[in-house]
Amino acid sequence: MGPDTDGWDADGRRPPAFLTAGTSSFARFLAMAAPELLPGARPATAAGAAAAGHELPHGTTIVAAATAGGVVMAGDRRATAGNMISQRDIEKVYRSDEYSCIGIAGVAGIGIDLVRLFQVELEHYEKLEGRALSLEGKANRLAGLVRANLAGAMQGLVVVPLFAGYDEDRAGGRIFSYDVAGGRYEEHRFYSIGSGSVFARGSLKKLYREGMSAADTILACMHALYDAADDDSATGGPDLTRRIYPKVLTVDADGVTQLSDDEAATFARAVVDERMQSPDGPTAPLQSVIPNR
Amino acid sequence: MPFYVSPEQAMKDKADYARKAISRVRSGLVIDYDGGILLIAPNPSRALQKFSELYDRIAFAAAGRYNEFERLRQAGVRYADLTGYQYDRQDVTARGLANWYAQLLGTIFTDSNKPLEVEIVVAEVGETPDRDQIYRIAFDGSVAEEHGYVAIGGQADQVAAVLKERYKAGLTLSEAMAAALAAMASQGNGERTEVSGAALEVAILDRTRSHRTFRRLTGARLDSLLAEAGAQPPATPPDELGREAEPG
Repeated sequence: MGPDTDGWDADGRRPPAFLTAGTSSFARFLAMAAPELLPGARPATAAGAAAAGHELPHGTTIVAAATAGGVVMAGDRRATAGNMISQRDIEKVYRSDEYSCIGIAGVAGIGIDLVRLFQVELEHYEKLEGRALSLEGKANRLAGLVRANLAGAMQGLVVVPLFAGYDEDRAGGRIFSYDVAGGRYEEHRFYSIGSGSVFARGSLKKLYREGMSAADTILACMHALYDAADDDSATGGPDLTRRIYPKVLTVDADGVTQLSDDEAATFARAVVDERMQSPDGPTAPLQSVIPNR
Repeated sequence: MPFYVSPEQAMKDKADYARKAISRVRSGLVIDYDGGILLIAPNPSRALQKFSELYDRIAFAAAGRYNEFERLRQAGVRYADLTGYQYDRQDVTARGLANWYAQLLGTIFTDSNKPLEVEIVVAEVGETPDRDQIYRIAFDGSVAEEHGYVAIGGQADQVAAVLKERYKAGLTLSEAMAAALAAMASQGNGERTEVSGAALEVAILDRTRSHRTFRRLTGARLDSLLAEAGAQPPATPPDELGREAEPG
């Protein structure tokens, strides 16, 4: 019992990589000891991947928004392969460590691998170094992992994450988006990724206010996901009959909390009830209220 | 200088060397209690730690030469994370790690000019106390499964003897702590010196936690636990408990 690569070299002597890796990065250690386990290490010809591209599950909406004391991230539950719904309850938003979370858009198989690798990467660093990475450090490491998948992305196996966490130094939430080349961009207030992100962002433009409570921010995010599902076939809305709701994580000074099914149901019902009255959702006034001076 | 040394002699020399080196360090203890597993050792340093988390329910404890057991600790973390990543988190076990360490240390003992001057423990906390496991791996790669408690480092036998009298199944954390402190105090000339949190390294594997169970006990929490354990030298009045130890 043990990994296939116990790491022993040819004559059964000491395993070099385990003792001498000299890095606190799990991804770099894998590259030394077991490169075949890295997410990008899949043999795929350009033609094959392009042909398979529309068969592989992809398409989504993930939203993240800053709250008064942290950040909320929510993702829909639909996975599509071409015009088929391949899964109704896929999870795209994950806790990456005690104070951060990650959502993925793109090819689900590689995305989930990327999330797993990132989770182990963060924990690995913490165990070896005796302290957790700073939030910026975590965001940078994720950029490195995304960059490592560039070859796969060029072949159509695109994965793009959205990363958000609680920054202890700033005592607030921060949001980071990425491009396939590993570029890392800090977003403010709110952001969205995926095929439905255009609609979600438009919706949040009208619904979002800074400094909202976590509950209000969650409601705004749920509305945004509903609007995305309304216009993007690859994004799923709340499934009240099967009780499948968007997965919502909040991150604040107390850590990462996942909304329970019951809590998510309450928010989803609030959104649906609102839509029964007004199908396009709450309307914003044409003019901002001018405060009395 | 002989050209030929018999294998028995070479092994004996290495073993003596390692044992002698280990006998110079102060003992640390790993003790099973009702809520998990307690790890405790004298350690005035904040930077150089003897106990560490290997995985969700698995801890590493060591005595001996710091840079050598630190390398072993890092290798163990890599092995554990690789196994958990390749298979699943629940497939990482103390038994697997202990076996792997045994192979590693055994090979180093046989092949190197100098054996590692270390003694290590891999402990795993289970859902219930009867599923807790404690393995001790010696410098030559020999593994022993310990039940209830183990002492490592210099004068381990002496310390373990004291612990044997005070240990029973189902101790609370403060009872286990009190037993540990009494056992550690039996080293040296037997005088009880003032024990404060600053001179100890204490950690637990907390059975009740989900996911990662390893927790260091420091600061106010450690001080109050020491107070509970009755860590007071006979001559000192109770209100002097928990004061920082004198530097040096």
